[in-house]
Amino acid sequence: MSDIIKQYPAKPSRVYFYATCLVDLFYPEVGLAGIQLLEREGIEVVFPQGQSCCGQPAYTSGLNGQARTVAASQLGLFPDNWPVVVPSGSCAGMLRQHYPRLFAGTTLAEQAEQLASRTWELTDFLLHVCRIRLQDRGEPIRVAMHTSCSGRREMGIADSGPALLAQLDNVELVQQARPAECCGFGGTFAVRHPAISAAMVEDKARALDTCGADQFVSTDCGCLMNIDGFADKQQLATRGQHIVSFLWQRSTGGAA
Amino acid sequence: MNTRDAILQRLYQGREQQGGFEPPVSDFGVLQRPHWSKAEKLERFARAMGPVHGEIHNTSRNTWHQLLQQLMQEKGLRNLWVNSDTRHGRLLADHWQLEQIPLLQRTQPINEWKDELFNRVDAALTGSRGAIAETGSLILWPTPAEPRAMSLVPPVHFVLLDSNRLYSTLHEAMQQEGWADKGMPTNALLISGPSKTADIEQTLAYGVHGPRELVVLILE
Amino acid sequence: MNTAADAVKQFTPRARTALDTPAIRNNFRKAMDGLMDKRLDAFADWDLEALRELGAAVRLRALSRLPELLELLERNLQANGIQVHWAQTGEQACEIVRDICNARNARTVIKGKSMVSEEMELNAFLARSGIEALESDLGEYIIQLAGEAPSHIIMPAIHKNTAEISELMHQATGTERSSDVDYLTASARAQLREKFMQADVGISGVNFAVAETGTLCLVENEGNGRLTTTVPSCHIAVTGIEKVVEHLADVTPLLALLTRSATGQHITTYVNMISGPRKVDEKDGPEAVHLVLVDAGRSAIYQDRELLDTLRCIRCGACMNHCPVYTRIGGHAYGTTYPGPIGKILMPHLLGLDNAGSLATASTLCGACAEVCPVKIPIPQLLQRLRSEAMDGDPQRSATVAGHGSKRRWLEMLLWHGWTVFNSRPWIYRLGTGLMTRCRHLMPSRLGAWTRYRSAPRPAAHSLQQQLRQRQHKEQ
Repeated sequence: MSDIIKQYPAKPSRVYFYATCLVDLFYPEVGLAGIQLLEREGIEVVFPQGQSCCGQPAYTSGLNGQARTVAASQLGLFPDNWPVVVPSGSCAGMLRQHYPRLFAGTTLAEQAEQLASRTWELTDFLLHVCRIRLQDRGEPIRVAMHTSCSGRREMGIADSGPALLAQLDNVELVQQARPAECCGFGGTFAVRHPAISAAMVEDKARALDTCGADQFVSTDCGCLMNIDGFADKQQLATRGQHIVSFLWQRSTGGAA
Repeated sequence: MNTRDAILQRLYQGREQQGGFEPPVSDFGVLQRPHWSKAEKLERFARAMGPVHGEIHNTSRNTWHQLLQQLMQEKGLRNLWVNSDTRHGRLLADHWQLEQIPLLQRTQPINEWKDELFNRVDAALTGSRGAIAETGSLILWPTPAEPRAMSLVPPVHFVLLDSNRLYSTLHEAMQQEGWADKGMPTNALLISGPSKTADIEQTLAYGVHGPRELVVLILE
Repeated sequence: MNTAADAVKQFTPRARTALDTPAIRNNFRKAMDGLMDKRLDAFADWDLEALRELGAAVRLRALSRLPELLELLERNLQANGIQVHWAQTGEQACEIVRDICNARNARTVIKGKSMVSEEMELNAFLARSGIEALESDLGEYIIQLAGEAPSHIIMPAIHKNTAEISELMHQATGTERSSDVDYLTASARAQLREKFMQADVGISGVNFAVAETGTLCLVENEGNGRLTTTVPSCHIAVTGIEKVVEHLADVTPLLALLTRSATGQHITTYVNMISGPRKVDEKDGPEAVHLVLVDAGRSAIYQDRELLDTLRCIRCGACMNHCPVYTRIGGHAYGTTYPGPIGKILMPHLLGLDNAGSLATASTLCGACAEVCPVKIPIPQLLQRLRSEAMDGDPQRSATVAGHGSKRRWLEMLLWHGWTVFNSRPWIYRLGTGLMTRCRHLMPSRLGAWTRYRSAPRPAAHSLQQQLRQRQHKEQ
């Protein structure tokens, strides 16, 4: 986290929203919540058509060529110099840390660097750029925070989720055992090394299940799918939600 | 081409291949400590060595030999290896009063008396070159008069430390004494407590292969 | 038959077994938690980031001048009376050690802890040559009694609890069964004391080899390292060629980082700096001191700027202490000399990606290791690089690592090709996701490895993009 030097921009009038493929297909409410949160802060949200996947699954599988092809199709979606806001620590990390590496030495290098420099994870952006102030319209609840490893270590956002939750008066943040330990998703790791992944997600799910929280919230849909999916199948009580959906619901008094 | 040249050639070629690189600047500032007074250094030294079972006594240049004899009796030690060719060895011999506890003068190479050294020497006394406050470490450079085995083989090691010879950090000791410039001795040591291990279920046990007790007499 | 390669190929089944073994899970969880806490405590008073920057700078400076520093090291060691040998492979290094022993009619060797000697499989080689090599470090001694390999590079017997060790010592040497650690330790001390006295040759590793002064630095807590390098008439030190540092002063930050990162100690009981054999008037110390510089694949790693960061390693073990995978499967599951994250980035070079390539995928790239590495090795990046080598996944990069492309499978590539087409053409993406949402109830509930442990994810009724298009329609 200390390697990450951030210079936050002034609050812009417009941003691009890069939803991520998991949000698009599995958790669209997260995308809607994120867009609405930004719009409520007076920002015009531009959703470029043609967005698909950031390329990370191929990249972490060592297929730089495939990742480059997909990433190249995404690079041109953000032509204007507005911040690109992403509701995922890992996809934001892909754009910010890995696109420059992926395109180094190619004709797209400069474009990739430029895009990377204005990519922000959503909770980080809401807190430090929008300076959001949330009103809690929900009933008292105890919540645990799960920040993805990429969010924590590539984007340096471990503090923003808790800080946003702290703004909600009826939300009590409880901490699970070993909060910084990986949940075992790791993209294709979960299918390449399923037994190890299962051991990790079991520990994580049980930690969230037994820490006294009513539910957990996560910065990343990958982690969410992983932990929730395990908890559901193993019939544990804990369930999770993307933090952005949670924040939108709490601040509008909406149903869960 | 012999192996040495083949390896070196591969490395030189490798560097050409990777294009060589400029390393980042080495900023040693992080090792600096604020100026600690002598009292503070002594206090830090004791605080560092205490938890690892180093035994420290504050005594004086004139009376340490009495304290040592007292400790020898309290610990039930039967003999003491000390070299009277050293100043402190001579001083001790002059003031030695314990008839039942002989001072062992052994100046032969150790392989000539290995069996006795390993099995029948209870304790040894050495001097020291100084100490490091930050880590609670004694600096010893073994000499012909006080070979390595003295601070290594007998189960109890007594060591004299001049209270004016404490450095704040190892870096400071190395720089001030010019270790690199003046050339290193055959063996230079930092000793920071009695020997220990945590290899059995991370449980600390003392007196593994080196001394089981380290007794530091700080001379004011 | 290449046993090292065979061993690592069993990674998946061995990991599976380890995961199902409560003793391994519990022993390692407890041990790693303790080590992580101790490390944090030890660095509490430090500007840790600045110290790591210095550690990285010192190691990079040495690596940037590696060939010159090795030549300088050799010159200064020789001027000090230390004999220097070079070995291309581990096998060659073993031969050199054996030849030195034979020239002295040495039949017994006492060993201090050395990971590179494990890499070389030195003990087995010497045994085949009729030379007995006994481990003197308590952890190594214990696993030698058990006939096992170390499961951690700093604490070799970390996978064993007290009861197991007591039983082992009882069976091997007749020590009474006991849960008293002090008693067991005293037993080991008594048994090894005799060996220190009698051994013809002492063999040790090297933590840092200082080029400037021709000095070998060793750190240890037990005193066996000092005994090994003092009592026998001959001392042979073995080291990988990457362990050289430029200046004596460079040792200071590395020492500060090493002991705290490894075991949370501010310093080890002994820091032992050797700069020569016994001088004429000295009463102890070996008459002959040798250093064997071992390449064994390191010069190959040095060909590539990105990959040579692997060579920064000072063998502290912090990476494996913090690794969620290592904590759960333990060190033996890897089947390699070096387990954990450093093992994953190093072993593919030493054994080839065709043998050890699966190690590089056995990580979520969580980055916990890189966060604590005292010399800032970018481990996740190196893992990703090794993955791309194994898959021949980057057409812009030529092959560098042995076994390049050996993990590429045509069926998997077919799937990825499909994935690429799907995601790089918006109209296909739109069509495809439209189909998936419409047919969401037809999604299989069994999805292989995923659904073995988790419920199958189900696409939403309408994707985000569909909903936003509707929203735009409404607004218009």
